Amino acid sequence: MAHNSAMIDSPASRSAAFWLGVRALLPMHLGVAPFGVIYGVVAVKSGIPALAAVLMSSIVFAGSAQFLLAQLVSLGAPGLMMVGAVGVVNLRHALYSASVAPLLARLPRRWKLLLSYLLTDEAYAAAIPHLLAAPANPVGHWILLGSGFALWAGWQLATLAGVVLGAQLPEGLPLDFALPLTFIAIVVPMLTDRVRIIVALAACALAVALSGLPYKLGLFIAALGALALGAVLSRRRRP
Amino acid sequence: MNIWLVMAACGGLTFLIRLSFIALEGRYRPPSWFVVLLPFVPVAALSALTAPELLLAGGEFWGGFANPRLGAGIVAIAVAAWRRNTLLTIGSGFLVLLVLERL
Repeated sequence: MAHNSAMIDSPASRSAAFWLGVRALLPMHLGVAPFGVIYGVVAVKSGIPALAAVLMSSIVFAGSAQFLLAQLVSLGAPGLMMVGAVGVVNLRHALYSASVAPLLARLPRRWKLLLSYLLTDEAYAAAIPHLLAAPANPVGHWILLGSGFALWAGWQLATLAGVVLGAQLPEGLPLDFALPLTFIAIVVPMLTDRVRIIVALAACALAVALSGLPYKLGLFIAALGALALGAVLSRRRRP
Repeated sequence: MNIWLVMAACGGLTFLIRLSFIALEGRYRPPSWFVVLLPFVPVAALSALTAPELLLAGGEFWGGFANPRLGAGIVAIAVAAWRRNTLLTIGSGFLVLLVLERL
């Protein structure tokens, strides 16, 4: 259990919680930073003005959606279609919203707005094991603020570097693999019972089977399908 | 269409999606089937995000042992289950990937 408690500890102060969130997110920057640099390069190439390409990272603040926008701009897609596509790509964030909502219920509105703005795949993944480990911790939301801010700051710097400097990345280093590896490090310790293992396997199988669907819809449907399976299985166990 | 307008709409929409359930919390009573789903969100969503990174190459399914990302992922899963240590998991996964890619 020593390893477990080292990873899932419940912070006692605001700053301890904030830095716990920052630390949990940091390894993801190995993968996120190159992704951000490439976005900057692609965005400028697609014809988006440099200033808009940079500010998109704080206005939209969603990696895959920003890539998609750059692609659609270069194709000359209609504006409404671009907005609709970004909405579909980001649907999965509603799942994160539902997942953290009970944990943030008692916070004042300004906190809810700020943490919603920062609620990305990475920030959610980094913070959620710690949030669930101590749902009553009065400073728990600072963990999500830490992971959210760490991703935000890194993403701004990386995309700025991509726009300003252009592509200068080490060739042949599969840094993008850092993201799935970090997700593995987060998910595997959460597989504490048979139902969760089945849910994870179902989500994997569905996500791969539906990967041909556009706008990351397969990912969203796979998560929903696995959730439904989990609900059915857990109800059968505890009638 | 004006890129700034598109960006503002995309940003607003993304924010509203992320805010959705957080803002609704306490203002409605979620049905019981919905509450039962919630504990599975981290496992379901993060597994769905990760699996295609291991099992697809250029959009095609590649489930064989020759797929270096699959091999590295399996080792990382084993290390994560064994030690529950983030840096050890990432380090071992990277190491195996680099070795397998050069075989």
